[in-house]
Amino acid sequence: MKLYDIAHSRAGDKGNTLTLSLIPYRPEDYAMLVEKVTAARVSQHLASIVRGEVVRYELPLVASLLFVCHDALSTGVTTSWVMDAHGKTLSYALLEMEL
Amino acid sequence: MRKKIRIGCGAGFSGDRLEPARVLVEQGDLDYLVLECLAERTIALAQKRKQKDAGLGYDPLLERRIDILLEPLLRKKVTLITNMGAANPIAAAQRIVAVAKSRDLPVSIVAVTGDDVFTLLTGNELATETGRPIKEAGTLLSANAYLGVEGILDALRLRPNIIITGRVADPSLFLAPMIHAFNWSRDDFNLLGQGTVVGHLLECAGQITGGYFADPPLKAVPDMEHLGHPFADVSEDGTALISKVAGTGGVVNLHTAKEQLLYEVVNPHAYFTPDVVANFTTVRLEQVGPDVVKVSGGSGTTRPPTFKTSVGYQALFLGEGEITYAGPNALARARHAGDIVQKRLTPFFSDLRVDLIGHNSVHGESFIAQQQPYEVRLRIAGKALTAEQAALVGEEVEALYTNGPAGGGGVRKYVNEVVGIVSVLLDRSKVVHQTNQYRHETL
Repeated sequence: MKLYDIAHSRAGDKGNTLTLSLIPYRPEDYAMLVEKVTAARVSQHLASIVRGEVVRYELPLVASLLFVCHDALSTGVTTSWVMDAHGKTLSYALLEMEL
Repeated sequence: MRKKIRIGCGAGFSGDRLEPARVLVEQGDLDYLVLECLAERTIALAQKRKQKDAGLGYDPLLERRIDILLEPLLRKKVTLITNMGAANPIAAAQRIVAVAKSRDLPVSIVAVTGDDVFTLLTGNELATETGRPIKEAGTLLSANAYLGVEGILDALRLRPNIIITGRVADPSLFLAPMIHAFNWSRDDFNLLGQGTVVGHLLECAGQITGGYFADPPLKAVPDMEHLGHPFADVSEDGTALISKVAGTGGVVNLHTAKEQLLYEVVNPHAYFTPDVVANFTTVRLEQVGPDVVKVSGGSGTTRPPTFKTSVGYQALFLGEGEITYAGPNALARARHAGDIVQKRLTPFFSDLRVDLIGHNSVHGESFIAQQQPYEVRLRIAGKALTAEQAALVGEEVEALYTNGPAGGGGVRKYVNEVVGIVSVLLDRSKVVHQTNQYRHETL
């Protein structure tokens, strides 16, 4: 099973920092995501993209996780030379993770 | 004092669709319409247009949006708040007056200025990103502080039809009419935090009504070609109901709201705006009807002592070239072509970016499909100090037609001037806003 099958995500950017939300379709899966999708696991999963630290925030009231990935967008959106300078597509790289 | 106000958001970026705002004004029973049209770099690019022509530097779609919206805004008594002034809110206000004259419509406008702090900078200020003086980044082009609600509040007291600003923090465009309508204390940080959450949910327009969300069948969004943009019914305690005009496409549910709540948030415990440090972790979302989500519980702690200021600088020229290969052995031919161009450009570029679109261009080498793609597009990019040097990239990609592997087609080449952004923090006392009134009265 992939994360894609049970959760959805939106990517955002602030300078060279990438943000990835992780939202289960069913709130009852939140506890399992908290247990299994750790910051270390995401850091390993996105190792070829995120060079800096990954910080995870838990938002139990809305049953959602937020991953803040530092040094993730080449040199930052404005001077980047990559195809997807904002990292917009990276939400689906996270959802590619096998559970 | 009002008990409830309705604020719509009809644009979430400069290039957003024009029609949803008109639908909101005509059918949304709004008190306020916000159009948020300024991304991080937009204002630096607008500053360059202003340097070439002092009458420009506002949003390129200003006239088209105003032409569509002015008459219904006046007829429906909806106040427009927008940052489409970009680098030149005064010229934008004058342009709106000209549109009103040509249409013989009476209009009053307040332009909020003071965000342009370029002349206050010495170049020795330290960039928050690098810790180095900003002048080391390159030739400085612009500096705009993210203003808070203050200028818009002064403008609202003048009761204009349109308030046009330059750089203002996105949520402040929404928070200002709440403070104005409900007479909230500027020190009630829980109310300001909750209002900021509501603004944050609305500021990307269609991103909370199913835009940038759809992925059927798991995430189905009905009638997306007519995607409606959102509005919020905000009560005096800050609680809000987010919805959209009945009959428009899209969906407002807990999932669209959660995606937008966390969008571009780097610390949900401390979301900094010029007005408040808001706490998003206390927010509660509840589906209370079809396409209606209730937002409550947002909070806040204090007001930051500084204004974040975006400094634009002349960074570089980006040269790009693309060519497609398809059919048997396409991936290998594209790779071969990339090697050839890299070797040919070695004297001019110490480094080039080589992407195989359809294979590894956005997620790198970690997630590659086992099966080879039937077609693949080679993209090469290089950073250069001059436009002439940057153009070499596209020239060498184009030359692959007769000097490269077999079967390449569909070449495109680009040279773009790239403006970079660094940030500095300015003490609040250094940044002073002004309001400037303009009007056109009919006979």
